[in-house]
Amino acid sequence: MGIQFRKETFRDDFSFRNSPEHIRRFPFPFHEDSYMYAVNIEPHRPGPKGSVLEHPFDVDEHYVSEMEDRALVLAEDPLRCQSLPHMTLAGWDLLELIMTSKAESYPEHFSLTRDGDNWHWINRPLNIDQTFVFGDTTTLPYGPMEYITRQAQGDYCILDQRDNNLWMDAGIVTTQADWSLDFDIGMNFFEWHAPVPLAHEMGIFQRALKFLLNVQQGQPARRLNWTMTINPRLDTSPENYHKWGPDRTTVTPENVGQKVHLRVELQTFWRLPRSNALVFPIRCYLIKMDELVTSEKWAKRLHRVIRDLPEELATYKGLTRYRPTLVEWLSKYDDGGVTSPGFGPD
Amino acid sequence: MSSGTTKLDVTVADVVPVNELVTRFHFRPTSGGLLPTFSGGAHVVVEMREEGKAPRLNPYSLMSSPLDTTEYTISVRRDDAGRGGSLFMHNRVKPGDRMVVSYPVNLFSLDLRAKKHLMIAGGIGITPFVAQTAQLAAEGGNFELHYACRTAALFTYGDLLRERYGKRVHLYHDDRGEKIALDRLLTSQPLGTHLYVCGPAPMIDWVRGRAAALGWPTENVHFEHFSAPQPGKPFDVTLALSGKTIRVGEQQSLLEAIEAAGVDPPYLCRGGVCGQCETNVVSHDGTFLHNDHWLSDEDRASGRKIMPCVSRFEGKSLVLER
Repeated sequence: MGIQFRKETFRDDFSFRNSPEHIRRFPFPFHEDSYMYAVNIEPHRPGPKGSVLEHPFDVDEHYVSEMEDRALVLAEDPLRCQSLPHMTLAGWDLLELIMTSKAESYPEHFSLTRDGDNWHWINRPLNIDQTFVFGDTTTLPYGPMEYITRQAQGDYCILDQRDNNLWMDAGIVTTQADWSLDFDIGMNFFEWHAPVPLAHEMGIFQRALKFLLNVQQGQPARRLNWTMTINPRLDTSPENYHKWGPDRTTVTPENVGQKVHLRVELQTFWRLPRSNALVFPIRCYLIKMDELVTSEKWAKRLHRVIRDLPEELATYKGLTRYRPTLVEWLSKYDDGGVTSPGFGPD
Repeated sequence: MSSGTTKLDVTVADVVPVNELVTRFHFRPTSGGLLPTFSGGAHVVVEMREEGKAPRLNPYSLMSSPLDTTEYTISVRRDDAGRGGSLFMHNRVKPGDRMVVSYPVNLFSLDLRAKKHLMIAGGIGITPFVAQTAQLAAEGGNFELHYACRTAALFTYGDLLRERYGKRVHLYHDDRGEKIALDRLLTSQPLGTHLYVCGPAPMIDWVRGRAAALGWPTENVHFEHFSAPQPGKPFDVTLALSGKTIRVGEQQSLLEAIEAAGVDPPYLCRGGVCGQCETNVVSHDGTFLHNDHWLSDEDRASGRKIMPCVSRFEGKSLVLER
């Protein structure tokens, strides 16, 4: 039993697919037929069984292949993982959070045994069996943050909290929507968000920061964000723009269904207990247009959202070049009928 | 209550008189197991419930070692002129009692970038430093504690801290005329030192003022006021959004009175520092008694905002946007 992990790639031949069950659990981000920024933050409480929100840290059929892709990115570019010296304690906090959570959510795949500071961690999908001393970095092959996030889907930013601000002082970032940890490391909340259009004027970041500074232990929060990606490529980084940027010119009416992907980030926010830092996991989910339109509702809604998206947002999300082709393709699935409220596929 | 923090059900494991004024309370999880990990400087909000009385919620710093979460300990200084929260703790709470405390919240966090942590404590303001020094000592952190108290008999945990950390702890007895040589301390620290102060308001003002005058960057100066809400004359308040009129009792905070009416504003510290319960004033005819450390002078002058956790009102009418 347990999850059947797919063997697939996010580069070269792009063999990534979602199984039919995984299409149904995709975290579709639009609850209505249009989109504008909002501080759409809510408590990160357990969601329906089988959904990506069922467990604090979702593990899905792409887990093993995503971790292989992360290892490839890190081998080429070690600066995708950085931790300033004062952030080691926060790394241990994160390791504890992920290990205890995964062992509890997926006992058939992960187990953790603790005897004081002597810990024993088993990760069956990745064939890892590790004993170590909690708090002693010499007993792990990597620093604590890197060790555990090489075994956890999604990017992780650890934000130090001081001076009424948050500081990007540690992270591992290999599945990002065109931003760079190496560029942002050490920046504060307003500095790393500086490139986002419109939201500053709307006061969004002031309100979001105020909320985040007050995220409490035991009360994690979450929000969804989205963009689109051509080909199922996880590593759409500025460092590798030369590899994926040109893909945007390859979209044709014939290949939209296979090439264009909706990319949704499930972002969660957790107060870490020892360091008082905030960890910000950014989990990326991809779905092909051919997969997405198996839901009539999602097809109609996505058509309307992309068609009506303000120009600044379309530019920021990098859709400009292929938006007309995509809208034309999606319009075939939109009979103009009413869509039901909520995020679900029906 | 849905606002504030997640709650923990605990049982009082021990009640230990420390000296004439201070008593220590040990809490263990009622369901067994471990309590949530916390960081040095964190506090919990303790709910005090008495038959026939509205509940009181007071914040207390955790003073146990963050490395040991089998129990939480707090130390409560008896305040005979206060609202009765500390008297309740001293006189009524017994081992075996079940109580509710909040998850830990840290509004007085260590800056882990510091090359050295310079700590200044006055009186019961020592409690967050007991936890912080335990945390730092375990990590090989560099700290120095200067702790002033009125008399040897009231020197809460002075001996304990000397025993644990030796020369890193400096004790100053007011009744012996011993005084912290603050200017010398502040001008002789290595670059990258962070300064922390917790104690009575005049001490915090003194330390912050000298640090600013001697060129310390504000980012390196951390402080925590530990004021509980003070009692005062009863007053009436209209809650415009919920359409209720309430009376705030002499021993009750405005926030507690709002909660007692079934309205649930957000809160965290209940000590006037975190800003969560900031409330808009719709109209007023009278005088605000602002006791918080949150509102700016402009906010206060505007008469448009109040922090109901610690502040009060005297006058004819007060209407709040709650």
